[in-house]
Amino acid sequence: MPKDQGIGASSKRREDVRFLTGTGNYTDDINLVNQTYAHFLRSDVAHGVINGIDASAAEAMDGVVRVFTAKDFEGVGGVPCGWQVTDRHGQPMQEPKHPVLAEGKVRHVGDPIAVVIAETPELARDAAEAIDVDITELPAVVDMKAAVAEGAPKVHDDLTSNLCYDWGFVEENREAVDQAIKNAAHVTTLELVNNRLVANPMEPRVAVGDYNRANDEHTLYTTSQNPHVIRLLMGAFVLGIPEHKLRVVAPDVGGGFGTKIFHYAEEAFVTFAAKAINRPVKWTASRSEAFISDAHGRDHVTKIELALDADHKFVALRTDTYANMGAYLSTFAPSVPTWLHGTLMAGNYITPLVYVNVKAVFTNTVPVDAYRGAGRPEATFQLERVVDKAARELGMDPAELRRLNFIKPEQFPYDTPVAVTYDTGNYHATLDKALELTDYASFDTRAAESKARGKLRGFGIAHYIEACGIAPSNLVGQLGARAGLYESATVRVNATGSIAVMTGSHSHGQGHETTFAQVVADMIGIDESQVDIVHGDTARTPMGMGTYGSRSIAVGGSAMVRAAEKVLNKAKKIAAHLMEAADADIELKDGQFSVAGTDKSVAWGDVCLAAYVPHNYPLEEIEPGLEETAFYDPANFTYPSGAYFCEVEVDPGTGKVEVVGFTAADDFGNVINPMIVEGQVHGGVAQGIGQAMLENCVYDDNGQLLSGSYMDYAMPRASDLPMFEVDHSCQTPCTHNPLGVKGCGEAGAIGSPPALVNAVIDALHRGGYPVEHIDMPLSPSRVWNAMQSVK
Amino acid sequence: MTKLTMTVNGRSVSGEVEGRTLLSTFLRENLGLTGTHVGCDTSQCGACTVHVNGLAVKSCTMFAQEAAEADVATIEGQAAPDGTLNAIQQAFQDYHGLQCGFCTPGMVMAAASLLKDNPKPTEAEVRHHLEGNICRCTGYHNIVRAIMAASGQDVAPVAAE
Repeated sequence: MPKDQGIGASSKRREDVRFLTGTGNYTDDINLVNQTYAHFLRSDVAHGVINGIDASAAEAMDGVVRVFTAKDFEGVGGVPCGWQVTDRHGQPMQEPKHPVLAEGKVRHVGDPIAVVIAETPELARDAAEAIDVDITELPAVVDMKAAVAEGAPKVHDDLTSNLCYDWGFVEENREAVDQAIKNAAHVTTLELVNNRLVANPMEPRVAVGDYNRANDEHTLYTTSQNPHVIRLLMGAFVLGIPEHKLRVVAPDVGGGFGTKIFHYAEEAFVTFAAKAINRPVKWTASRSEAFISDAHGRDHVTKIELALDADHKFVALRTDTYANMGAYLSTFAPSVPTWLHGTLMAGNYITPLVYVNVKAVFTNTVPVDAYRGAGRPEATFQLERVVDKAARELGMDPAELRRLNFIKPEQFPYDTPVAVTYDTGNYHATLDKALELTDYASFDTRAAESKARGKLRGFGIAHYIEACGIAPSNLVGQLGARAGLYESATVRVNATGSIAVMTGSHSHGQGHETTFAQVVADMIGIDESQVDIVHGDTARTPMGMGTYGSRSIAVGGSAMVRAAEKVLNKAKKIAAHLMEAADADIELKDGQFSVAGTDKSVAWGDVCLAAYVPHNYPLEEIEPGLEETAFYDPANFTYPSGAYFCEVEVDPGTGKVEVVGFTAADDFGNVINPMIVEGQVHGGVAQGIGQAMLENCVYDDNGQLLSGSYMDYAMPRASDLPMFEVDHSCQTPCTHNPLGVKGCGEAGAIGSPPALVNAVIDALHRGGYPVEHIDMPLSPSRVWNAMQSVK
Repeated sequence: MTKLTMTVNGRSVSGEVEGRTLLSTFLRENLGLTGTHVGCDTSQCGACTVHVNGLAVKSCTMFAQEAAEADVATIEGQAAPDGTLNAIQQAFQDYHGLQCGFCTPGMVMAAASLLKDNPKPTEAEVRHHLEGNICRCTGYHNIVRAIMAASGQDVAPVAAE
């Protein structure tokens, strides 16, 4: 029987009520007294020298408060990068300055040049049109390989080239891998593109800066996944504001998907300008502006080689990737194609030797950084595509080739050749579960039925691994992170027993206010309604690192459990005192403390009251009050995995692909709220199908963004997607966190693109079109052209 | 600036607007009805969907003055005065038809217009009707189920498929 409360229950989300009644509090819903509005004048060329800016006409317009340009930011730091990658020769990456407003040069369409502050948004926009910017356009570099060719125009004149770094991993294996590939019985090679995407949370970014001159305090309201990270980066590196004078609030945030992790120039601008004009400053991005200013995702060009022995066992893997950084290094950009990508290249398989080379390249495009999955989709896509291709070349069933090479359940913990140790997993179980759910055995019947309707049916398999719960701080510090990656929580028990949990995690759709409350309520045995979750405000929560990388329950949840355990330890001492018993004899069940082996008991609420009204209290032993804080730094990543099966129909006349079935069998370890977990998978799969079939961020050779609105960038719509079959019954709990949880936020976006592409390739082969590969998105024209190429 | 009046959620309201002021801007900025969201600038996302004289419209495609004297319904007027959610809102909560909540007001308003015209839509009809509403979080799976459930049709309970 399903639980109706606590861990494992599909509790309905408490945050829904405000969202369903229009009473959420998103950043754009915040309006401050005497507020002004900022409009950014952005470059409409990809690369150019700014000869001069004449803002006199704009400044003279009614309602204009002030115009800002780079000269107003002299002495202000650049927008910092949070991760330094060391290249394969031991040298640090090339790291250009990223000014708040363009200094002397523009480097991508959308690079901000000037900002108008006016009494209304309309006046600010009108005045921005009156600014005269004299720019000499320069040749742009857009293609990554062209960008690192001899004589290419340089995005940053002060760097030696457009190569940010040339990274090798594991560098000592380089020659051994080459040798193994040379000597292998079979080598499968694949060249592919992981298409550039725009995250597109439905809420565009917004920032409101406020300054209180009386006490020299700044407040930034912003659409962020991690307000403390913004406070640290902006306060310490850009504006030089000490933390006790800077509050960052990220209220209800309308989706993030990674692109709201990063510290953006607009946040620094409104904070700086609010002090400069001594009035609140609000900036709201239009969607068009989001396309040219939100960090993009993916954009890898890869060649992968998989070597197999005569028994079809994997012996070596080599992959060479060009990764686009765009024009500047966004907050975590350097880590995505390296440590979040290379360390996952073993996949679910026993592959003795792996070598990963990544060349990160500057181009005249919007910066590229983490997008749902961040590096792991790129690793999974190439690996699961090349494994599928190998199976076809060897005449093997793709499920069987995977099974043959899977790490076996009894081999965990398993040390991969790419530096990480998977603590648990059972890949055979998830593969078998997906096979069972999809009725693989009767596929031929369905294919025949499709054929009768003139359609080609195909079946695609992918099996993913991901690393979540980023991450042990000492490890990521060694790898170049300039931050720790712990999480924090304060459990504050009120005098009558209700609880506020202040978490450093941030919810922007994940439902933490519900799931986190389930955990604490379950630990104590009280009703979930007695627990409130507070997040998204540096003034109300302990220093935390925020939500990304599917880390919230694994790291933030663990911090909360640790803090709650401290509370319970103290509460037991109070209960022991009240019942005149020994601490060790106190038991807690259903909100009642009792003395083991007796009928003595005291209610949770009475213990809490005693803590705050300590008339009868062990004051010589413990302090009054019942509030504890914990910081949790994980011992390892967590390793969710799963089998994703996709069934498609291809119309041979048009090349149009339709997803007719999708099954996800995930191992997330223990699950707190199955309803929310399934919702996370649905959304991730939709984004993965979007990448594989619809979405593409396209620049022309001059660096103009061709897909700059929803008219051009194909967001998945309801009619593009099927119902999804989602299962999470295969559970190998994480061994190193207190809840045994792994994280579920990104899995869907990781496992689904290769499943879909594999399905389409399968459909084409079955239909007599031996197409080896089609780059995403698999639009009708791409599929149809690929079919014609093999006719 | 032009003065206009209209009825919003049953209340007569008035305000001064420029010719270029959009209905979405009027609702959000003049009336403080911030439940109506603006997610794009090309009339694609549908987060700003409201009802004008009973028809679902994207309030970013309409000037405020075009709605003068009209009867406008927004997300803020959908629940009962005591806060009880209407059938569609309740189904969205019951079937986890929302995550970040940003597209949700538009989805609820679009669903209401569908069920008014087609009380028992098929799954395909629901998906077709949502063509003008983009959600980035849910993959539409649970939105479709919520709307089917709100129409009184049998839908498997959450997390039990």
